[in-house]
Amino acid sequence: MEQVEQKQLTPDTFIQGVKDCIPTLLGYISIGVAFGVVGIASGISVLEVFLLSMLVYAGSAQFIFCGLYLAGAPVTAVIITIFIVNLRHLLMSLTIAPYFTKYSTLRNIGFGTLLTDETFGVSVVAAGKEGRLGGKWMDGLNITAYTTWIAACTIGGVIGQWLPNPEKWGLDYALVAMFVALLVLTLASIPKEKLMHYIKLILIMVFSMYGMLYFMPGHLAVLLSTVVVATIGVALEK
Amino acid sequence: MTTSIAMVLLILGCALVTWIPRILPFILVKNMKLPKIVLRWLAYIPVCILSALVIEGFFKKDSTIVTVQWINILVFIPTLLVALLSKSLSKTVIAGVVTMAGFRFFFS
Repeated sequence: MEQVEQKQLTPDTFIQGVKDCIPTLLGYISIGVAFGVVGIASGISVLEVFLLSMLVYAGSAQFIFCGLYLAGAPVTAVIITIFIVNLRHLLMSLTIAPYFTKYSTLRNIGFGTLLTDETFGVSVVAAGKEGRLGGKWMDGLNITAYTTWIAACTIGGVIGQWLPNPEKWGLDYALVAMFVALLVLTLASIPKEKLMHYIKLILIMVFSMYGMLYFMPGHLAVLLSTVVVATIGVALEK
Repeated sequence: MTTSIAMVLLILGCALVTWIPRILPFILVKNMKLPKIVLRWLAYIPVCILSALVIEGFFKKDSTIVTVQWINILVFIPTLLVALLSKSLSKTVIAGVVTMAGFRFFFS
């Protein structure tokens, strides 16, 4: 990766990673609490909410887990669906991994294990600005997000025993709002002359998603549309 | 605070299939160089995946047809504006949640 010399770079420290995670925490907390509440409402225990958030650590997959569990889906169906829902992490890891080749395999497994939509978003914005990512910074970001997520889900599970219907409070929209902000921040780091190209791709994405939703569930449409539109992006490059 | 062996095994199964796609690229990329064309393709992934996740909420599948979720699009507009103007994650999230709660309060 090329280094951008003139700009002041983010220090590669754990504490800087923690700081850069803070803006996303509101999202983690509201979604985590919402998940805990939904989990309890769909009949899983607080301990299971805790285990899911610690071991699966993926918002959308955890929600889908509850939905499938409530619907009484067979074990294989649950596992295959979770696999497909989270397959987008493969693309995210593939995007982030090239920045960390100088670190040991063990550290790399650590970076990958704690990768989420949000830490991916934050690190992509940082990488877009500076052309590099630091390992200690990444650990700070990841571990802050991870511990906050587990705490928020578990607290949500406890609250869930009293509060039904988290959707009423608009908390489910926190996730989408976070994606909107991350998208805008990612676009902000793209060179001006390429911006129209990206806007065009986003318009193509609208049609791609709409069309694909006729044939497949949303999580699969996200995955396939991403692959297709990124390929179109390369093909339309000048 | 209870669980069963079957449930723990199910959660572990889900954990495993989530973990593998997350770490695999980190192991592979470390041990080989990606071709230039793949790197160019990967450069589009962030914008594509984030916009797909946002756009997913615009539509809803009703048995056979895909319908537009107008409320989500209406809430998206102020959320986007706050994101563009503030360039701040936390402000955008607050704006989105408050707008959504407001819409649900008045229109449902």
